[in-house]
Amino acid sequence: MQLLWLIVAMPLVSALVLAVLGSHLSRRVVAAWGVGSIGVSAVITMLVAVEFVSSPPAGNAYTQFLWTWINVAGFQPHIGFYLDALSLVMIFVVTFVGFWIHLYSAEFMMHDEGYSRFFAYMNLFVASMLTLLLADNLLLLYLGWEGVGLCSYLLIGFWYRDVANGLAARKAFIVTRVGDTAMLLGLFLLFTSLGTVQIQDLMHRASEHWPMGSTMAAAAALLLLGGAVGKSAQLPLQVWLPDAMAGPTPTSALIHAATMVTAGVYLVARTHVLFALAPPAQFAVAVVGGATLLLAGCSALTQHDIKRVLAYSTVSQIGYMFLALGVGAWSAAIFHFFTHAFFKALLFLGAGVIIEALQDEHSIFRMGGLRKELPVAFWTFLIAGCSLAGLPFITAGFYSKDLIIWGAWSAAQGHPSFWIVGMIGALLTALYTFRVIFRVFFGPIQIPVGKRPGYVMTVPLVILAFFAIVAGSVKDPLLAFVQSTLPPMVEANAAGMTETLSEVVAALAFLSGLYVAYLCHLQKRILADGAVAHPAGRALHAWWFADWGFDWLYDKAFVQPFLWVAQLNKNDFIDAFYTGIARLTEASYRAVQLTQTGQVRWYAAGIAAGSVVFLAMVVFA
Amino acid sequence: MLFSLGLIGLLVRRNLIVVLMSLEVMLNAAGLAFVVAGSRWQQADGQIVFLFILTMAATEVAIGLALVLQVYHQFKSLDADVLSEMRG
Repeated sequence: MQLLWLIVAMPLVSALVLAVLGSHLSRRVVAAWGVGSIGVSAVITMLVAVEFVSSPPAGNAYTQFLWTWINVAGFQPHIGFYLDALSLVMIFVVTFVGFWIHLYSAEFMMHDEGYSRFFAYMNLFVASMLTLLLADNLLLLYLGWEGVGLCSYLLIGFWYRDVANGLAARKAFIVTRVGDTAMLLGLFLLFTSLGTVQIQDLMHRASEHWPMGSTMAAAAALLLLGGAVGKSAQLPLQVWLPDAMAGPTPTSALIHAATMVTAGVYLVARTHVLFALAPPAQFAVAVVGGATLLLAGCSALTQHDIKRVLAYSTVSQIGYMFLALGVGAWSAAIFHFFTHAFFKALLFLGAGVIIEALQDEHSIFRMGGLRKELPVAFWTFLIAGCSLAGLPFITAGFYSKDLIIWGAWSAAQGHPSFWIVGMIGALLTALYTFRVIFRVFFGPIQIPVGKRPGYVMTVPLVILAFFAIVAGSVKDPLLAFVQSTLPPMVEANAAGMTETLSEVVAALAFLSGLYVAYLCHLQKRILADGAVAHPAGRALHAWWFADWGFDWLYDKAFVQPFLWVAQLNKNDFIDAFYTGIARLTEASYRAVQLTQTGQVRWYAAGIAAGSVVFLAMVVFA
Repeated sequence: MLFSLGLIGLLVRRNLIVVLMSLEVMLNAAGLAFVVAGSRWQQADGQIVFLFILTMAATEVAIGLALVLQVYHQFKSLDADVLSEMRG
């Protein structure tokens, strides 16, 4: 376990090497550094995990103190790593899934001119993400938090020559910054009122100093929730994630599906003591999650762009995780994160194969019939899609999602209305997932397949597909393991519902979603077209397609007024005063300049006249 | 009277050599004033100061003529008004 620091250091060193020397290295060497460093990290993570599980350290947590970061007047944040069940599960997913995505990108990005730049950004991202997860104090966590934000910005705008990509990157950066500001305020509040930034000390002191339901705890928890909402693209800050699809597809898989966007879930789980102290804040988490999963699910139904469908689906699935956190089913949220990382990364990688094969075609309505053409992509995409939609009893997604839905009813803060929301969400998930599958892989071929993926791209697909299925079978050991850190779910409100019944209803929701999708998007495509053609249907479609008008609202409420003020102040009226002084000086200079004729006789005359005047003053005064 | 004559010469003539001559005239006018004042009050100081003025005039003429020589090399002219390159 002494090797813990190496897990973070490997990708960081590799990112530095690639950033400094990248342009001088051949593509083969760049790929070896970029993929290899993550591979080594993943291997070390597994060694650490084996040691952690076989001989658990005292208190089920291991702290590695590296050095004191700052030492000012009693404020002593460390560079130190804290490993417990929660962070171990998270870093396992980040390094393991991250490794396969990196391997995939080694071929996917092969012909891109920014090959070494891409791997430098990706490695820096992994290093920041691991810092975020392993940090033992909130300040170091914040460093990682901003680090992943920066890498997200850089990678969304990776193809910076297209202005739209740069705008999408800027939007993602600014919107998440709104959340980060709230989080920073929460951090300050915690430090000033409790006097430390060490997360574990902080949680102890919070439960000692603040009574149940205290205002301070609620304020701190809500401010942290603000940060989590921004990073995890939840309501009302979800607008950046669909636009973030402008980045390369492996980036979308790693950052905007599997890892970074779940940082908010991690933050809430990490500070669960605070949320448990503040029931209103925890209720807010559940409401945000529930509302987001419905809204994003509806939006996903209307998108054309395959990556945007997946983006909305990510938003919706993270909504499930927030719902689980909000009702007190902490470990269920982490379990869903675990399974979601595999199948959502796989969906994105599959989408990458499809888009590349069809010469950069993103619209699912211009795809079709790829089942025979791209068999590996088809089967892996199908497996991941089933896992996402929750194909009963086989796939990982079924187990994790049903655990959340069951928790939404039965957990301490649960309520039947949350259960209904989760169930509608499950129906929507099946509907939009199979809409994509039926449109892309079935029906007539519309665009001939160009480039087919090589082994470097298909092997990660197959491995991730394997995990998208078997990850569900580790449900009980994983939950038991995570519950050494997080409190277990209390089945308080089980009246009127059993877990089996909930699972049966979820299976029915899946089947009905599948059937409707089959009907509308495969058998009688006229049905879907008819629904859109109807005036009411068209209005609803346009509204959902535009993400419920959030972009429009933000544009009118924030962007336009800001631009207006900027336009107003373009000439800097405060500056006008200083410009005036400069103008006055200039004018007097021009007046005096006239006397400087360059003719020595004028000067002599001036001296003589001056002397006469001066003498006259002396004599007559 | 002699001083005014030198001053007018300085102001109205454009030839640099004549300007220098006018300068000498002005210096001598000042020197003469000192000598006259010395003899009026029966003091030797006036003549001593005149010796200083004489020395200074000699150096001034040496430097002035050297400059005039350089100016002529540069501009092929001794017109003071031509040398107005320092105009603001």
